[in-house]
Amino acid sequence: MVETTIPSRSTGVVLSPVRATLIGVEKHWTWYRRNWRATAISSFLQPVLFLVAMGFGFGSQVQPGEATGGQTYLVYLAPALVVVTAVQNATWESTYAVLSAFIWQKSYWGAVVTPVTPAQIFSSQLTWIAFRLVSSAAVFLLVAAALGAVSGPGVVLALPFAVLAGLAFAAPVVAFSATRETAEGFSGLFRFVVIPMTLFTGAFFPISQLPEWLRPIAWVTPVWHGVELARGATFGTLRLLPALGHVGYLVAMVAVGVVLGRRYYQRRLAV
Amino acid sequence: MHPVRVDHVTTAEPVLVRANGLTKHFGDFEAVRGIDVEVRRGEAFGFLGPNGAGKSSTMRMISCTSPRTGGELSVLGLDPNTQGPTIRARLGVVPQTDNLDTELTVRQNLQTYGRYFGLSRAQVREKAIELLEFAQLADRADHEVEPLSGGMKRRLTIARSLINDPDLLLLDEPTTGLDPQARHLLWDRLFRLKQSGVTLIITTHYMDEAEQLCDRLVVMDGGKIAAEGSPSELISRYSTREVLELRFAPGTQEAVVPSVVDLAERVEVLPDRLLLYTKDGEGALGAVHGRGVRPLSSLVRRSTLEDVFLHLTGRTLVD
Repeated sequence: MVETTIPSRSTGVVLSPVRATLIGVEKHWTWYRRNWRATAISSFLQPVLFLVAMGFGFGSQVQPGEATGGQTYLVYLAPALVVVTAVQNATWESTYAVLSAFIWQKSYWGAVVTPVTPAQIFSSQLTWIAFRLVSSAAVFLLVAAALGAVSGPGVVLALPFAVLAGLAFAAPVVAFSATRETAEGFSGLFRFVVIPMTLFTGAFFPISQLPEWLRPIAWVTPVWHGVELARGATFGTLRLLPALGHVGYLVAMVAVGVVLGRRYYQRRLAV
Repeated sequence: MHPVRVDHVTTAEPVLVRANGLTKHFGDFEAVRGIDVEVRRGEAFGFLGPNGAGKSSTMRMISCTSPRTGGELSVLGLDPNTQGPTIRARLGVVPQTDNLDTELTVRQNLQTYGRYFGLSRAQVREKAIELLEFAQLADRADHEVEPLSGGMKRRLTIARSLINDPDLLLLDEPTTGLDPQARHLLWDRLFRLKQSGVTLIITTHYMDEAEQLCDRLVVMDGGKIAAEGSPSELISRYSTREVLELRFAPGTQEAVVPSVVDLAERVEVLPDRLLLYTKDGEGALGAVHGRGVRPLSSLVRRSTLEDVFLHLTGRTLVD
Protein backbone atom coordinates (compact mmCIF):
# COMPACT_ATOMS: atom_id res chain seq x y z
CA MET A 1 0.00 0.00 0.00
CA VAL A 2 1.31 3.42 -0.94
CA GLU A 3 1.09 5.76 1.96
CA THR A 4 -0.20 9.15 1.05
CA THR A 5 1.35 11.93 3.01
CA ILE A 6 -1.29 14.16 4.48
CA PRO A 7 -0.17 17.77 4.63
CA SER A 8 0.12 19.07 8.15
CA ARG A 9 -0.56 22.38 9.82
CA SER A 10 0.57 21.02 13.17
CA THR A 11 3.62 22.40 14.96
CA GLY A 12 4.17 19.20 16.96
CA VAL A 13 7.30 17.11 16.40
CA VAL A 14 8.71 13.92 17.89
CA LEU A 15 11.49 14.48 20.42
CA SER A 16 14.58 12.31 20.65
CA PRO A 17 14.43 9.90 23.62
CA VAL A 18 16.96 11.96 25.57
CA ARG A 19 15.14 15.25 24.90
CA ALA A 20 11.80 13.64 25.77
CA THR A 21 13.24 12.45 29.08
CA LEU A 22 14.64 15.89 29.86
CA ILE A 23 11.37 17.64 28.98
CA GLY A 24 9.67 15.29 31.44
CA VAL A 25 12.23 16.25 34.07
CA GLU A 26 11.60 19.93 33.29
CA LYS A 27 7.92 19.33 34.02
CA HIS A 28 8.77 17.79 37.41
CA TRP A 29 10.99 20.79 38.07
CA THR A 30 8.14 23.19 37.26
CA TRP A 31 6.03 21.37 39.83
CA TYR A 32 8.86 21.29 42.35
CA ARG A 33 9.55 25.03 42.12
CA ARG A 34 5.97 25.66 43.24
CA ASN A 35 5.63 22.88 45.77
CA TRP A 36 9.08 22.13 47.22
CA ARG A 37 8.14 23.34 50.68
CA ALA A 38 5.81 20.38 51.15
CA THR A 39 8.71 17.97 50.58
CA ALA A 40 11.35 19.87 52.54
CA ILE A 41 10.47 18.40 55.92
CA SER A 42 10.78 14.76 54.89
CA SER A 43 13.79 15.20 52.65
CA PHE A 44 15.93 17.72 54.59
CA LEU A 45 14.72 18.27 58.10
CA GLN A 46 14.11 14.67 59.11
CA PRO A 47 17.62 13.42 58.38
CA VAL A 48 19.10 16.41 60.16
CA LEU A 49 17.00 15.65 63.23
CA PHE A 50 18.22 12.08 63.01
CA LEU A 51 21.82 13.23 62.86
CA VAL A 52 21.34 15.47 65.88
CA ALA A 53 19.51 12.88 67.95
CA MET A 54 21.69 9.90 67.09
CA GLY A 55 24.98 11.70 66.56
CA PHE A 56 24.97 14.19 69.40
CA GLY A 57 22.48 12.59 71.76
CA PHE A 58 23.01 8.87 71.51
CA GLY A 59 26.54 9.33 70.14
CA SER A 60 27.71 11.10 73.29
CA GLN A 61 27.40 7.73 75.05
CA VAL A 62 29.58 5.94 72.50
CA GLN A 63 33.35 5.84 72.88
CA PRO A 64 35.35 6.20 69.67
CA GLY A 65 36.87 2.79 69.06
CA GLU A 66 37.57 0.03 66.61
CA ALA A 67 33.92 -0.29 65.59
CA THR A 68 33.73 3.40 64.70
CA GLY A 69 37.06 3.43 62.92
CA GLY A 70 38.44 5.61 65.67
CA GLN A 71 35.96 8.38 64.83
CA THR A 72 33.41 9.99 67.08
CA TYR A 73 30.01 8.39 66.59
CA LEU A 74 28.71 11.58 64.96
CA VAL A 75 31.42 11.55 62.30
CA TYR A 76 31.09 7.77 61.91
CA LEU A 77 27.36 8.13 61.37
CA ALA A 78 27.26 11.04 58.89
CA PRO A 79 28.25 9.26 55.63
CA ALA A 80 25.98 6.32 56.42
CA LEU A 81 23.10 8.65 57.17
CA VAL A 82 23.49 10.17 53.71
CA VAL A 83 22.87 6.72 52.27
CA VAL A 84 19.97 5.90 54.57
CA THR A 85 18.35 9.25 53.78
CA ALA A 86 18.80 8.77 50.06
CA VAL A 87 17.11 5.37 50.16
CA GLN A 88 14.26 6.72 52.28
CA ASN A 89 13.73 9.70 49.99
CA ALA A 90 13.95 7.36 47.02
CA THR A 91 11.14 5.29 48.51
CA TRP A 92 8.86 8.29 48.93
CA GLU A 93 9.58 9.54 45.45
CA SER A 94 8.97 6.17 43.84
CA THR A 95 5.78 5.14 45.63
CA TYR A 96 3.09 7.74 46.32
CA ALA A 97 4.39 10.19 43.70
CA VAL A 98 4.32 7.50 41.02
CA LEU A 99 0.93 6.10 41.94
CA SER A 100 -0.46 9.63 41.97
CA ALA A 101 0.73 10.19 38.43
CA PHE A 102 -1.16 7.04 37.44
CA ILE A 103 -4.39 7.32 39.41
CA TRP A 104 -4.81 10.56 41.41
CA GLN A 105 -3.30 13.40 39.40
CA LYS A 106 -3.25 11.18 36.29
CA SER A 107 -0.44 13.25 34.81
CA TYR A 108 1.04 10.23 33.00
CA TRP A 109 -2.23 9.88 31.10
CA GLY A 110 -1.83 13.46 29.94
CA ALA A 111 1.71 12.84 28.76
CA VAL A 112 1.05 9.57 27.00
CA VAL A 113 -1.16 11.15 24.32
CA THR A 114 1.73 13.42 23.32
CA PRO A 115 4.63 12.12 21.18
CA VAL A 116 6.30 10.95 24.40
CA THR A 117 6.31 7.18 25.02
CA PRO A 118 5.62 5.25 28.25
CA ALA A 119 9.28 4.20 28.44
CA GLN A 120 10.33 7.86 28.21
CA ILE A 121 7.85 8.78 30.92
CA PHE A 122 9.51 6.14 33.12
CA SER A 123 12.97 7.50 32.30
CA SER A 124 11.86 11.01 33.24
CA GLN A 125 10.51 9.80 36.56
CA LEU A 126 13.73 7.97 37.44
CA THR A 127 15.94 10.84 36.28
CA TRP A 128 13.88 13.23 38.36
CA ILE A 129 14.32 10.98 41.40
CA ALA A 130 18.07 11.00 40.79
CA PHE A 131 18.04 14.79 40.74
CA ARG A 132 16.06 14.91 43.99
CA LEU A 133 18.48 12.47 45.62
CA VAL A 134 21.52 14.48 44.57
CA SER A 135 20.09 17.77 45.79
CA SER A 136 18.79 16.50 49.12
CA ALA A 137 22.03 14.61 49.83
CA ALA A 138 24.05 17.73 49.02
CA VAL A 139 21.97 19.87 51.36
CA PHE A 140 22.26 17.25 54.07
CA LEU A 141 26.05 17.16 53.73
CA LEU A 142 26.23 20.94 54.02
CA VAL A 143 24.16 20.87 57.19
CA ALA A 144 26.22 17.97 58.54
CA ALA A 145 29.42 19.93 57.85
CA ALA A 146 27.99 22.97 59.63
CA LEU A 147 27.19 20.76 62.63
CA GLY A 148 30.74 19.47 62.70
CA ALA A 149 29.78 15.93 61.69
CA VAL A 150 32.34 15.87 58.92
CA SER A 151 36.01 15.10 59.49
CA GLY A 152 37.33 15.89 56.05
CA PRO A 153 36.57 16.37 52.36
CA GLY A 154 36.31 12.60 51.81
CA VAL A 155 32.68 12.75 52.82
CA VAL A 156 31.90 14.29 49.43
CA LEU A 157 32.50 10.82 47.97
CA ALA A 158 29.59 9.54 50.03
CA LEU A 159 27.23 11.51 47.82
CA PRO A 160 27.48 9.58 44.53
CA PHE A 161 27.36 6.27 46.37
CA ALA A 162 24.30 7.38 48.33
CA VAL A 163 22.55 8.42 45.12
CA LEU A 164 23.47 5.10 43.51
CA ALA A 165 22.06 3.19 46.48
CA GLY A 166 18.92 5.31 46.36
CA LEU A 167 18.42 4.61 42.67
CA ALA A 168 19.11 0.92 43.19
CA PHE A 169 16.05 0.89 45.40
CA ALA A 170 14.00 3.47 43.50
CA ALA A 171 14.14 1.78 40.09
CA PRO A 172 12.52 -1.51 41.15
CA VAL A 173 10.11 0.29 43.49
CA VAL A 174 8.94 2.61 40.69
CA ALA A 175 8.34 -0.52 38.61
CA PHE A 176 6.43 -2.06 41.54
CA SER A 177 4.33 1.09 41.95
CA ALA A 178 3.39 0.95 38.27
CA THR A 179 1.61 -2.35 39.01
CA ARG A 180 -0.45 -0.98 41.94
CA GLU A 181 -4.08 0.09 41.84
CA THR A 182 -4.09 1.44 45.41
CA ALA A 183 -1.54 2.67 47.94
CA GLU A 184 -2.18 -0.34 50.19
CA GLY A 185 1.08 -2.11 49.41
CA PHE A 186 3.16 0.93 50.32
CA SER A 187 2.69 0.92 54.08
CA GLY A 188 3.88 -2.68 54.11
CA LEU A 189 6.89 -1.69 52.04
CA PHE A 190 7.80 1.04 54.52
CA ARG A 191 7.13 -1.06 57.62
CA PHE A 192 8.67 -4.34 56.62
CA VAL A 193 11.35 -3.31 54.15
CA VAL A 194 12.44 0.30 54.50
CA ILE A 195 12.50 0.65 58.28
CA PRO A 196 14.37 -2.63 58.96
CA MET A 197 16.67 -1.76 56.07
CA THR A 198 17.36 1.59 57.73
CA LEU A 199 18.06 0.21 61.19
CA PHE A 200 19.78 -3.13 60.70
CA THR A 201 22.04 -2.89 57.69
CA GLY A 202 25.16 -1.32 59.08
CA ALA A 203 24.41 2.39 59.18
CA PHE A 204 24.04 2.72 62.96
CA PHE A 205 26.12 -0.29 64.03
CA PRO A 206 28.21 -2.87 62.15
CA ILE A 207 26.22 -5.86 60.95
CA SER A 208 28.73 -8.09 62.70
CA GLN A 209 26.56 -7.35 65.74
CA LEU A 210 23.63 -9.10 64.05
CA PRO A 211 22.93 -12.79 64.60
CA GLU A 212 24.73 -14.70 61.89
CA TRP A 213 21.55 -15.89 60.14
CA LEU A 214 20.35 -12.31 59.70
CA ARG A 215 23.43 -11.02 57.94
CA PRO A 216 22.64 -12.40 54.48
CA ILE A 217 19.43 -10.37 54.61
CA ALA A 218 21.46 -7.23 55.16
CA TRP A 219 23.75 -8.18 52.26
CA VAL A 220 20.92 -8.07 49.71
CA THR A 221 19.82 -4.56 50.70
CA PRO A 222 21.08 -1.54 48.77
CA VAL A 223 21.60 0.30 52.07
CA TRP A 224 24.30 -2.11 53.25
CA HIS A 225 26.21 -1.81 49.95
CA GLY A 226 25.76 1.95 49.95
CA VAL A 227 26.92 2.33 53.55
CA GLU A 228 29.99 0.17 52.94
CA LEU A 229 30.89 2.33 49.93
CA ALA A 230 30.07 5.71 51.45
CA ARG A 231 31.78 5.09 54.78
CA GLY A 232 34.78 3.40 53.19
CA ALA A 233 35.21 6.29 50.74
CA THR A 234 34.84 8.91 53.45
CA PHE A 235 37.45 7.38 55.75
CA GLY A 236 39.73 6.13 53.00
CA THR A 237 39.37 2.47 53.92
CA LEU A 238 37.63 1.36 50.73
CA ARG A 239 39.51 -1.26 48.70
CA LEU A 240 39.05 -1.64 44.99
CA LEU A 241 37.70 -5.18 44.70
CA PRO A 242 34.95 -4.92 47.33
CA ALA A 243 34.12 -1.47 45.93
CA LEU A 244 33.59 -2.92 42.46
CA GLY A 245 31.45 -5.65 43.95
CA HIS A 246 29.23 -3.19 45.80
CA VAL A 247 28.89 -0.86 42.82
CA GLY A 248 28.22 -3.80 40.50
CA TYR A 249 25.47 -5.06 42.76
CA LEU A 250 23.80 -1.63 42.97
CA VAL A 251 24.08 -1.05 39.22
CA ALA A 252 22.50 -4.46 38.63
CA MET A 253 19.57 -3.46 40.85
CA VAL A 254 19.12 -0.27 38.85
CA ALA A 255 19.27 -2.26 35.59
CA VAL A 256 16.66 -4.76 36.74
CA GLY A 257 14.43 -1.92 37.87
CA VAL A 258 14.80 -0.11 34.55
CA VAL A 259 13.93 -3.20 32.52
CA LEU A 260 10.87 -3.93 34.68
CA GLY A 261 9.84 -0.28 34.88
CA ARG A 262 9.88 0.25 31.14
CA ARG A 263 7.85 -2.93 30.67
CA TYR A 264 5.26 -2.11 33.36
CA TYR A 265 4.82 1.49 32.22
CA GLN A 266 4.23 0.30 28.68
CA ARG A 267 1.78 -2.35 29.87
CA ARG A 268 -0.18 0.08 31.99
CA LEU A 269 -0.20 3.17 29.78
CA ALA A 270 -0.73 1.49 26.41
CA VAL A 271 -3.70 -0.81 26.99
CA MET B 1 -12.09 19.08 -33.90
CA HIS B 2 -13.77 18.74 -30.60
CA PRO B 3 -12.51 20.72 -27.74
CA VAL B 4 -11.07 18.55 -24.97
CA ARG B 5 -13.64 18.32 -22.28
CA VAL B 6 -12.23 18.57 -18.82
CA ASP B 7 -14.52 17.26 -16.15
CA HIS B 8 -14.75 19.39 -13.12
CA VAL B 9 -12.98 17.30 -10.54
CA THR B 10 -13.98 17.92 -6.97
CA THR B 11 -10.84 17.02 -5.09
CA ALA B 12 -12.08 15.06 -2.13
CA GLU B 13 -10.55 16.02 1.18
CA PRO B 14 -7.95 13.48 2.33
CA VAL B 15 -9.03 10.72 4.68
CA LEU B 16 -7.53 11.39 8.13
CA VAL B 17 -8.82 8.26 9.82
CA ARG B 18 -9.66 4.99 8.16
CA ALA B 19 -10.66 1.84 10.06
CA ASN B 20 -11.54 -1.48 8.49
CA GLY B 21 -12.81 -4.34 10.64
CA LEU B 22 -11.21 -2.67 13.66
CA THR B 23 -11.47 -4.70 16.87
CA LYS B 24 -10.35 -4.31 20.47
CA HIS B 25 -10.46 -7.07 23.08
CA PHE B 26 -9.67 -6.83 26.77
CA GLY B 27 -9.17 -10.45 27.75
CA ASP B 28 -12.46 -12.15 26.87
CA PHE B 29 -14.34 -8.89 26.59
CA GLU B 30 -14.84 -7.59 23.06
CA ALA B 31 -15.07 -3.81 23.43
CA VAL B 32 -14.96 -3.05 19.71
CA ARG B 33 -16.24 -5.74 17.35
CA GLY B 34 -15.21 -4.92 13.82
CA ILE B 35 -16.01 -1.35 12.83
CA ASP B 36 -15.46 0.50 9.54
CA VAL B 37 -14.99 4.25 9.76
CA GLU B 38 -13.72 6.97 7.46
CA VAL B 39 -13.17 10.55 8.59
CA ARG B 40 -12.17 13.23 6.11
CA ARG B 41 -10.34 16.46 6.74
CA GLY B 42 -12.52 19.32 7.91
CA GLU B 43 -15.32 17.08 9.16
CA ALA B 44 -16.83 16.98 12.61
CA PHE B 45 -17.40 13.29 13.09
CA GLY B 46 -19.25 11.73 16.00
CA PHE B 47 -19.49 8.41 17.78
CA LEU B 48 -22.89 8.37 19.46
CA GLY B 49 -23.79 5.58 21.85
CA PRO B 50 -24.45 4.69 25.47
CA ASN B 51 -21.73 4.04 28.02
CA GLY B 52 -19.95 0.80 27.20
CA ALA B 53 -20.68 0.96 23.47
CA GLY B 54 -16.96 0.91 22.63
CA LYS B 55 -16.61 4.61 21.82
CA SER B 56 -13.74 5.34 24.21
CA SER B 57 -11.85 2.19 23.23
CA THR B 58 -12.11 3.29 19.61
CA MET B 59 -10.91 6.78 20.50
CA ARG B 60 -7.93 5.40 22.39
CA MET B 61 -6.94 3.32 19.38
CA ILE B 62 -7.21 6.37 17.12
CA SER B 63 -5.17 8.42 19.59
CA CYS B 64 -2.43 5.78 19.30
CA THR B 65 -2.35 4.99 23.00
CA SER B 66 -4.10 1.63 22.79
CA PRO B 67 -2.89 -1.02 20.34
CA ARG B 68 -5.65 -2.57 18.23
CA THR B 69 -6.47 -6.24 18.56
CA GLY B 70 -7.37 -6.75 14.92
CA GLY B 71 -8.38 -5.09 11.70
CA GLU B 72 -6.79 -2.14 9.97
CA LEU B 73 -6.37 1.40 11.14
CA SER B 74 -4.64 4.36 9.62
CA VAL B 75 -4.49 7.79 11.21
CA LEU B 76 -3.17 10.74 9.17
CA GLY B 77 -2.18 8.13 6.60
CA LEU B 78 0.11 6.36 9.05
CA ASP B 79 -0.08 3.10 11.04
CA PRO B 80 -0.47 3.67 14.80
CA ASN B 81 1.33 0.39 15.53
CA THR B 82 4.58 1.59 14.01
CA GLN B 83 4.32 5.40 13.96
CA GLY B 84 2.48 6.23 17.16
CA PRO B 85 4.72 9.13 18.25
CA THR B 86 4.73 10.71 14.78
CA ILE B 87 0.94 10.59 14.65
CA ARG B 88 0.53 11.79 18.24
CA ALA B 89 2.72 14.80 17.50
CA ARG B 90 -0.04 15.99 15.16
CA LEU B 91 -3.07 15.05 17.31
CA GLY B 92 -4.96 16.89 20.00
CA VAL B 93 -6.59 14.67 22.60
CA VAL B 94 -9.23 15.63 25.15
CA PRO B 95 -9.67 12.60 27.40
CA GLN B 96 -12.89 11.62 29.11
CA THR B 97 -11.46 12.36 32.56
CA ASP B 98 -9.49 15.54 33.06
CA ASN B 99 -5.84 14.88 33.80
CA LEU B 100 -4.65 18.44 34.28
CA ASP B 101 -1.79 19.16 36.64
CA THR B 102 -3.95 20.58 39.40
CA GLU B 103 -0.97 21.81 41.41
CA LEU B 104 0.35 23.93 38.54
CA THR B 105 -1.12 27.19 37.28
CA VAL B 106 -3.41 27.37 34.28
CA ARG B 107 -0.59 28.87 32.21
CA GLN B 108 1.96 26.31 33.36
CA ASN B 109 -0.40 23.52 32.31
CA LEU B 110 -0.36 24.84 28.76
CA GLN B 111 3.35 25.56 28.66
CA THR B 112 4.63 22.28 30.11
CA TYR B 113 2.33 20.36 27.80
CA GLY B 114 3.55 22.17 24.72
CA ARG B 115 7.12 21.23 25.57
CA TYR B 116 6.24 17.55 25.03
CA PHE B 117 5.52 18.46 21.41
CA GLY B 118 8.98 19.89 20.90
CA LEU B 119 7.90 23.53 21.08
CA SER B 120 10.48 26.01 22.35
CA ARG B 121 9.93 27.98 25.56
CA ALA B 122 9.23 31.11 23.51
CA GLN B 123 6.72 29.23 21.35
CA VAL B 124 4.78 27.82 24.30
CA ARG B 125 4.76 31.22 26.04
CA GLU B 126 3.21 32.83 23.00
CA LYS B 127 0.81 29.98 22.25
CA ALA B 128 -0.36 29.86 25.87
CA ILE B 129 -1.45 33.51 25.71
CA GLU B 130 -3.49 32.83 22.57
CA LEU B 131 -5.11 29.72 24.06
CA LEU B 132 -5.90 31.40 27.39
CA GLU B 133 -7.85 33.92 25.34
CA PHE B 134 -9.60 31.18 23.39
CA ALA B 135 -10.56 29.27 26.54
CA GLN B 136 -11.71 32.51 28.24
CA LEU B 137 -9.28 31.84 31.08
CA ALA B 138 -6.95 34.81 30.64
CA ASP B 139 -7.98 36.28 34.00
CA ARG B 140 -7.12 32.96 35.68
CA ALA B 141 -3.82 32.46 33.89
CA ASP B 142 -1.67 32.43 37.00
CA HIS B 143 -4.13 30.73 39.32
CA GLU B 144 -3.71 27.16 40.38
CA VAL B 145 -5.98 24.71 38.53
CA GLU B 146 -7.39 22.83 41.52
CA PRO B 147 -10.11 25.34 42.56
CA LEU B 148 -11.40 25.96 39.02
CA SER B 149 -14.95 24.89 38.13
CA GLY B 150 -15.58 21.77 36.06
CA GLY B 151 -16.38 23.84 32.99
CA MET B 152 -13.18 25.87 33.29
CA LYS B 153 -11.09 22.73 33.72
CA ARG B 154 -12.70 21.26 30.66
CA ARG B 155 -11.99 24.40 28.64
CA LEU B 156 -8.38 24.30 29.82
CA THR B 157 -8.12 20.65 28.78
CA ILE B 158 -9.37 21.59 25.32
CA ALA B 159 -7.00 24.57 25.15
CA ARG B 160 -4.15 22.28 26.16
CA SER B 161 -5.00 19.84 23.38
CA LEU B 162 -4.62 22.68 20.86
CA ILE B 163 -1.08 23.61 21.91
CA ASN B 164 0.46 21.90 18.85
CA ASP B 165 -2.15 23.18 16.33
CA PRO B 166 -3.35 19.62 15.77
CA ASP B 167 -4.49 18.30 12.40
CA LEU B 168 -7.08 16.20 14.18
CA LEU B 169 -8.76 16.85 17.52
CA LEU B 170 -10.20 13.90 19.47
CA LEU B 171 -12.77 14.73 22.14
CA ASP B 172 -13.98 11.91 24.38
CA GLU B 173 -17.26 12.90 26.07
CA PRO B 174 -16.31 16.59 26.09
CA THR B 175 -19.24 17.88 28.17
CA THR B 176 -20.17 14.95 30.40
CA GLY B 177 -20.79 16.11 33.94
CA LEU B 178 -21.12 19.82 33.11
CA ASP B 179 -24.10 22.04 33.83
CA PRO B 180 -26.12 23.33 30.84
CA GLN B 181 -24.50 26.76 30.80
CA ALA B 182 -20.98 25.33 30.85
CA ARG B 183 -21.94 22.89 28.09
CA HIS B 184 -23.18 25.67 25.83
CA LEU B 185 -20.05 27.70 26.39
CA LEU B 186 -17.98 24.66 25.48
CA TRP B 187 -20.03 23.92 22.38
CA ASP B 188 -19.47 27.49 21.30
CA ARG B 189 -15.68 26.98 21.57
CA LEU B 190 -15.85 23.70 19.65
CA PHE B 191 -18.00 25.33 17.01
CA ARG B 192 -15.34 27.99 16.50
CA LEU B 193 -12.71 25.31 16.06
CA LYS B 194 -14.87 23.58 13.49
CA GLN B 195 -15.34 26.87 11.64
CA SER B 196 -11.60 27.40 11.58
CA GLY B 197 -11.21 24.08 9.78
CA VAL B 198 -10.03 21.77 12.57
CA THR B 199 -11.12 18.18 12.03
CA LEU B 200 -13.02 16.95 15.08
CA ILE B 201 -13.87 13.46 16.27
CA ILE B 202 -16.27 13.46 19.19
CA THR B 203 -17.72 10.70 21.30
CA THR B 204 -20.86 11.43 23.22
CA HIS B 205 -23.91 9.84 24.72
CA TYR B 206 -25.82 13.10 24.42
CA MET B 207 -27.91 13.23 21.29
CA ASP B 208 -28.19 17.01 21.48
CA GLU B 209 -24.41 17.29 21.51
CA ALA B 210 -24.16 15.04 18.46
CA GLU B 211 -26.82 17.09 16.66
CA GLN B 212 -25.14 20.37 17.56
CA LEU B 213 -21.60 19.49 16.60
CA CYS B 214 -21.44 16.59 14.17
CA ASP B 215 -21.63 16.77 10.39
CA ARG B 216 -21.67 13.01 10.27
CA LEU B 217 -21.85 10.35 12.90
CA VAL B 218 -22.06 6.67 13.60
CA VAL B 219 -24.40 5.18 16.16
CA MET B 220 -22.49 2.61 18.21
CA ASP B 221 -23.95 -0.12 20.34
CA GLY B 222 -22.32 -3.20 21.83
CA GLY B 223 -19.01 -2.57 20.07
CA LYS B 224 -20.59 -2.33 16.61
CA ILE B 225 -21.80 0.40 14.33
CA ALA B 226 -25.58 0.34 14.06
CA ALA B 227 -26.00 3.19 11.56
CA GLU B 228 -24.10 5.97 9.86
CA GLY B 229 -25.02 9.32 8.34
CA SER B 230 -25.60 12.98 9.04
CA PRO B 231 -27.96 13.72 11.94
CA SER B 232 -30.78 14.69 9.58
CA GLU B 233 -30.21 11.68 7.31
CA LEU B 234 -30.33 9.33 10.26
CA ILE B 235 -33.51 10.92 11.54
CA SER B 236 -35.27 10.72 8.19
CA ARG B 237 -34.06 7.15 7.62
CA TYR B 238 -34.84 5.71 11.03
CA SER B 239 -37.59 7.90 12.40
CA THR B 240 -40.61 9.94 11.37
CA ARG B 241 -40.75 13.68 11.12
CA GLU B 242 -42.72 14.10 14.33
CA VAL B 243 -43.24 12.25 17.55
CA LEU B 244 -46.31 12.34 19.75
CA GLU B 245 -45.46 11.66 23.39
CA LEU B 246 -48.33 10.50 25.59
CA ARG B 247 -47.59 10.40 29.33
CA PHE B 248 -49.47 8.03 31.62
CA ALA B 249 -49.26 6.94 35.23
CA PRO B 250 -46.42 4.40 35.22
CA GLY B 251 -47.73 0.92 34.54
CA THR B 252 -50.93 1.96 32.77
CA GLN B 253 -49.41 2.93 29.43
CA GLU B 254 -49.15 -0.63 28.07
CA ALA B 255 -52.94 -1.14 28.10
CA VAL B 256 -53.47 1.87 25.83
CA VAL B 257 -51.31 0.51 23.00
CA PRO B 258 -54.05 -1.48 21.17
CA SER B 259 -56.30 1.57 20.89
CA VAL B 260 -53.61 3.84 19.37
CA VAL B 261 -51.29 1.46 17.50
CA ASP B 262 -52.89 2.09 14.12
CA LEU B 263 -52.55 5.90 14.48
CA ALA B 264 -48.77 5.85 14.02
CA GLU B 265 -46.16 4.19 11.85
CA ARG B 266 -44.56 2.83 14.99
CA VAL B 267 -45.21 2.91 18.73
CA GLU B 268 -42.50 2.70 21.42
CA VAL B 269 -43.43 1.87 25.00
CA LEU B 270 -41.33 3.58 27.67
CA PRO B 271 -41.83 3.12 31.43
CA ASP B 272 -44.07 6.19 31.80
CA ARG B 273 -45.16 7.04 28.28
CA LEU B 274 -45.88 6.00 24.72
CA LEU B 275 -44.06 7.44 21.73
CA LEU B 276 -46.14 7.55 18.55
CA TYR B 277 -44.03 8.01 15.42
CA THR B 278 -45.98 9.85 12.77
CA LYS B 279 -45.71 12.51 10.08
CA ASP B 280 -48.43 14.54 11.73
CA GLY B 281 -48.28 14.71 15.49
CA GLU B 282 -51.17 17.12 16.03
CA GLY B 283 -53.42 15.03 13.81
CA ALA B 284 -52.53 11.88 15.73
CA LEU B 285 -53.20 13.65 19.02
CA GLY B 286 -56.67 14.67 17.80
CA ALA B 287 -57.37 11.07 16.82
CA VAL B 288 -56.15 9.84 20.22
CA HIS B 289 -58.56 12.18 22.00
CA GLY B 290 -61.32 11.17 19.58
CA ARG B 291 -60.96 7.60 20.77
CA GLY B 292 -61.46 8.60 24.38
CA VAL B 293 -57.86 7.98 25.43
CA ARG B 294 -56.94 10.42 28.21
CA PRO B 295 -53.16 10.72 28.82
CA LEU B 296 -51.87 12.73 31.82
CA SER B 297 -50.11 14.98 29.37
CA SER B 298 -49.11 15.03 25.73
CA LEU B 299 -46.40 16.62 23.64
CA VAL B 300 -45.75 16.87 19.92
CA ARG B 301 -42.10 17.28 18.99
CA ARG B 302 -39.69 16.70 16.14
CA SER B 303 -37.71 13.47 15.97
CA THR B 304 -34.20 13.49 17.41
CA LEU B 305 -31.21 11.16 17.38
CA GLU B 306 -32.57 9.75 20.62
CA ASP B 307 -35.48 8.36 18.59
CA VAL B 308 -33.04 6.97 16.05
CA PHE B 309 -31.15 5.21 18.80
CA LEU B 310 -34.35 3.89 20.35
CA HIS B 311 -35.44 2.52 17.00
CA LEU B 312 -32.09 0.90 16.29
CA THR B 313 -31.47 -0.65 19.68
CA GLY B 314 -34.75 -0.64 21.56
CA ARG B 315 -33.06 1.27 24.37
CA THR B 316 -32.60 4.88 25.38
CA LEU B 317 -29.18 6.53 25.29
CA VAL B 318 -29.02 7.74 28.87
CA ASP B 319 -30.51 5.25 31.30
